[in-house]
Formats: sequence, structure tokens, C-alpha cells
Amino acid sequence: MATCGIASGAKQTMDFFVEELDKRGIGAVVTQTGCMGYCYAEPTVEVQLPGQESVVFGYVDRKKADEIIEKYIKNGELVEGIIPVNYEKID
Amino acid sequence: MSKFRMHLLVCGGTGCRASESNLILESLKRELEEKGLSSEVQVIMTGCFGFCEKGPVVKVMPDNTFYVHVKPEDAGIIVAEHVIKGRPVQRLLYVDPKSKEQVPDSKHMGFYRKQIRIALRNCGFINPENIDEYIARDGYASLGKCISELTPADVIDIIKKSGLRGRGGAGFPTGLKWEIASKNKADQKYVVCNADEGDPGAFMDRSVLEGDPHSVLEAMTICGYAIGASKGLIYIRAEYPLAIHRLKIALKQSKEYGLLGKNIFGTDFNFDIELRYGAGAFVCGEETALISSMEGRRGEPTNKPPFPAEKGFFGKPSNVNNVETFANIPVIISKGWEWFSSIGTEKSKGTKVFALAGKINNVGLIEVPMGTTLREIIFEIGGGIKNGKKFKAVQTGGPSGGCLTEKHLDTPIDFDNLVAAGSMMGSGGMIVMDEDDCMVSIAKFFLAFTVEESCGKCAPCRVGNKRLLELLTHITKGNGTMADIDRLKNMCNVIKDTSLCGLGQTSPNPVLSTINNFMDEYVAHVTEKRCPAGSCRELMKYSIIVDKCVGCTACARGCPVNAISGERKGPHFIDQEKCIKCGACFEKCKFGAVLIK
Repeated sequence: MATCGIASGAKQTMDFFVEELDKRGIGAVVTQTGCMGYCYAEPTVEVQLPGQESVVFGYVDRKKADEIIEKYIKNGELVEGIIPVNYEKID
Repeated sequence: MSKFRMHLLVCGGTGCRASESNLILESLKRELEEKGLSSEVQVIMTGCFGFCEKGPVVKVMPDNTFYVHVKPEDAGIIVAEHVIKGRPVQRLLYVDPKSKEQVPDSKHMGFYRKQIRIALRNCGFINPENIDEYIARDGYASLGKCISELTPADVIDIIKKSGLRGRGGAGFPTGLKWEIASKNKADQKYVVCNADEGDPGAFMDRSVLEGDPHSVLEAMTICGYAIGASKGLIYIRAEYPLAIHRLKIALKQSKEYGLLGKNIFGTDFNFDIELRYGAGAFVCGEETALISSMEGRRGEPTNKPPFPAEKGFFGKPSNVNNVETFANIPVIISKGWEWFSSIGTEKSKGTKVFALAGKINNVGLIEVPMGTTLREIIFEIGGGIKNGKKFKAVQTGGPSGGCLTEKHLDTPIDFDNLVAAGSMMGSGGMIVMDEDDCMVSIAKFFLAFTVEESCGKCAPCRVGNKRLLELLTHITKGNGTMADIDRLKNMCNVIKDTSLCGLGQTSPNPVLSTINNFMDEYVAHVTEKRCPAGSCRELMKYSIIVDKCVGCTACARGCPVNAISGERKGPHFIDQEKCIKCGACFEKCKFGAVLIK
């Protein structure tokens, strides 16, 4: 949720996740963060399932967010729009 | 919890798609279907892996196996061998260029090292509005270490040995700057953070402040301890409202935690930080103009010396560093100068954040070790040029920099190499241009920017740049002569030599570098009255191909200046004297009879 994300609709996406996860009875922490660098694919969302490597999705509008909840979060089924990590972390 | 035991990730970036990665996807799905594995293994198309040179790539999860140069016909063997028998397909594995060995696990692949995130380490990971998340990632531990274990001289020594150079553009050694400021005795000293990011297309500092404001606050406090200052000021442009909002939250939180204010970490060290807002003038990124603006005066530069380290904010010794420079400091303290100086080139250590913009697929922020080549940045991390067009040039350093061309693609990027190539590092904006961009117009664009942003204090910059812009406009309108090109060059050199501050001294760079690298385009504009990229409107000539014209009169009716004449059902003609080259006839014609040259 940096300027690039917000300009592309990240706030609406975040609201959607907060409300819908609650409605659908999924316990999850939804939090904001800064720019991941993938400005071309904003809004971006990183999903961390318990015990798994996190996955970043790009171009997440409400429709994509719905798909992520139903397919990935509920069933562990990946959906299109993954942005592969292409950098090294320092820790 | 996953109902799939395995995922095959096929790269769907522009580069890989061009090499038929969509066919690979289909073939894999078909193979799995035939073997009855569709419910166990999922095939998915992803975004760009940043590895286009080796594309198309396929990654197998959870094994982390990385296949390169995959062809649609390889789908059968991947499914038969890897998916069913669990054996990686050896011939498709990535081969490390140095060790010549196959790398089975992508985590050990060198290409991950193309990007190392130091300044951006927390951007996109933590909630910038929550200090606890910063602390959970070792935030403020470096400050604690400095204050409780190290003397100010130790801190300066570490920064000096790390080889860190200022990330604002000029690349002055940060440790040396701190040392000079520490040696100047005064009752009050200041630490200033220059967050006046002004280059068109640059947004690195904004992203750091929005994504990780505490790292800058921590570094400024460390600097305060090192040079003996008790006050910090962040000069930020008011047009960055989100960054300001997050900085304010961060300041409030760190004061509540006792990390700013009096007796930090229970010692007698006091440090406080305030925000100062700029109105968005480009010249205020120059440190003396920035200080003038903070003092409430006009943002005009002054002569150096005296440098701000001697006489800065209200005449007191002040140390001015850029946002990205500060963002590197806490990591250098925590991981050591030896680690930091092991990254990068001989004279430029560490990494650099670049904002990729323009005609490039993956517009965004990247952080690469110094010494990475332009080719790696543009064609791998950046995913190549938009719409498959041809790369022409990249402007680094914004309006103060220059353009780099195809012949510079393999130059390792660091402060000194960029200057040698006729450009400069600048703050890190990279604007990529393709074959459709006219280099004379690009020079004109940047010059129009500096003309607007010149503060007007010294004549060479105020008057000279204006005249340069007029000459360039003259040329793009087709009125230039060869003598004008020489005049341009002479004037550029005079402006460079005689301007007071960095703005004027560097403003002719875009003109000089485009003349040096694209002289043929200037000559075409002047002698042939032609724009090779086809972008200078005044130089285009519209005409009607008689054989194709059916006489529908659509063009004549669409022409705003009545420059088109002709009988109904007979061929039409464009009066070149009247034509204003608006292109309306071209758009109106359904028969492709309007020719643009």
C-alpha cells in the first residue's frame, strides 16, 4: 500500500479481504505494507499460508481477490497472476 | 492442506510468452490430463521471473526445480520423469555460468543475486505504520549497538570502511562527510535528511519513506550520535502526502518508545527529529538551496565552500544525506562494514535502488548490486522493452544525467563508469526509450524541465538554458542549421562551466549526450528536415496517395484548416502551405490513402 498500490486500488482490495475473510469465517491477519517494487502489477497481495512459502499475486482486484480466497486460501490451489520472487533477501 | 501435491509454474512474462510459454502450459496440462494427474498436479501461469534471457522457464514446486529454455515438446518428459518418477530432467536444468554445474534447486541459483535488497529490505514486508514490526526485524538494534557499545569515532570509522557513497547523485563518501561534520565544533549541529526527490520518473525515496520510515529515523539518530548533533530535520516535499503521513506516525511511535527524545537507551544522548516541507522545487534538492528553503528563505543555492558541514542550517554544522543513503546505515552497523564492502565494485560499494520507468515491461523498483549491467537491468529484471520494440536508450540521472545507448548495455553500472559514459548515477531514475522516441525531443523535454526549475539566481542557467531550449525547438520545427548544432555544443559547455550550482552545471547533459550518441538524428532534423523516429510533428509531411483515394471527402471534412481540396469521387490533395500536421485526415481515411513521411 504505497502510492503506486493505492493509486491502482489497493485500498478497495484490502477492504474486500478484511470483510470477506471475516464473512467467510476464515481467520487471517490482513495488514498493509510498503512497495514491493512490482509497481507494474499493482495492487499486489502477498498470501502466507501456515507452514508454506508465501506467494505474491499481482493485479488483485475484487474479482481476483475472490478467486484467491476461494481457491488458494481455502484449497491451496494456485491461481494465475503469481509474481515470482526475483531477489535475494539479506537475512 | 493443499489438494495438489505439486505445482508447475510456467512463466507468463512478455519474454517467455513470445517464446511460446502458453503452448508449454497447454502441453503440460494435456500430458497431465492424459496420465490422469490433473487432480494431483496443478499447472499455473505466473508473472515474470526476471530471467527472460533463459526463457521460457518452468518452476516445479515444492521441489524448487528450475527448468530453463523449455520447449512445448518437453512437456512429455517433464511429466513422465519429474511428476511421475520424481527425477528432475537433467538437460533442462539451469547451468551455473561460473561453475558449469547444473543447479537443481532455484534457491542456489545466482540469478537471485541479481537483486539484493538492502535499502528496500523491509519495503513490502512490514507494516510501515507499526514500529513493533520494524523492531521485530532487528530495527533499532543498530542504534542500540552504536550508543551502548561504540564511540562516535567508531561509528564513523565503520561507515568510512564500508565504502558507502551518497545515493543522492554525486556519490560523495558518506563516512568522510560525517567525519568532517563531527570535527567542526559548535554548540548545535544538525542532521538533515534530503527527501526532496525531484527527478522525473524517480520514486525510490518515496517508496522507502512509505514502506520503511523507521530505518531512516534510526539512521539519522545514529548519524546524530556520530557527529554530535541533537537535532534532525527531514526536508520532504509536500506532494508526498502518504510518506509524510507515515513519517509522522513513525516519529510519534519512536518518541513513545523512547527511541527519540531525551536520554535515548538510558544514556545522556538526546536526539529529536522534525519534518520540514518543501514546495516541490527541483533546485531544493541541492543541499545549500535545501538549507535556505528550510530556513524560510527562497530556495536558492549558495557558493560552496563553506560546505554545510561547516556552515549549514542557520550557520551551524549540518550533515545532509539522502533517504536511500540513510536506509543503508542500520544494516552496515548490524552486519558489519566487511559484509557491505564485499558487495559492489571496487569504488562503488553496496547496492543501488533504481526506479524503472518508460517503455519497459516491468515498471517498478529494483535494487541491484553496484556493477550490474544495464542489459541485466533492462532485459532481465525489467522484462525487456514494451510491445517488443527495439531498445534505443536509457536516461539515467534524470534531467542532470545523460542517455546511455546500446553500446553501453554491458557496462557495469557504478558511479564512475556512468560518468565516464557521459551520464551520471543521479538519484536512480531510469527512463527507458524505444525506437519511437526522438532523441532531440527527449533533450528538449528535459531541458524544458530545467528551464522551469531554474531558480534564476545565476545568468548562465537562467538565460543559457532558455536559449538552449529555443535552439532545440528551432531544430525540431525543421528550421535548424548545422551551425545551430555547434552553437548548442558551445553553449552547453559554457553553461556547465559557469553555473553556480549542480542544477546548471548538469542541465546541458541531456543535450550533450544526445548529440554525442545520436548526432545522426540531429543531422537528419537539420539537413533533411526529417525526424527519424517520426515523432516531431512539424517535420512530418502528409500527402494523399492518388491511386488509393476514392474521393469520399471524409478527409476534407475532417480537416480543421480546410487544407484538403478535390472533387467528390475524384482524388484529393493536401495544400502543404495550409497543413498544420494535426493528423485528422490520417485518422478519418478508411482507405489508407493518407501517407505520413
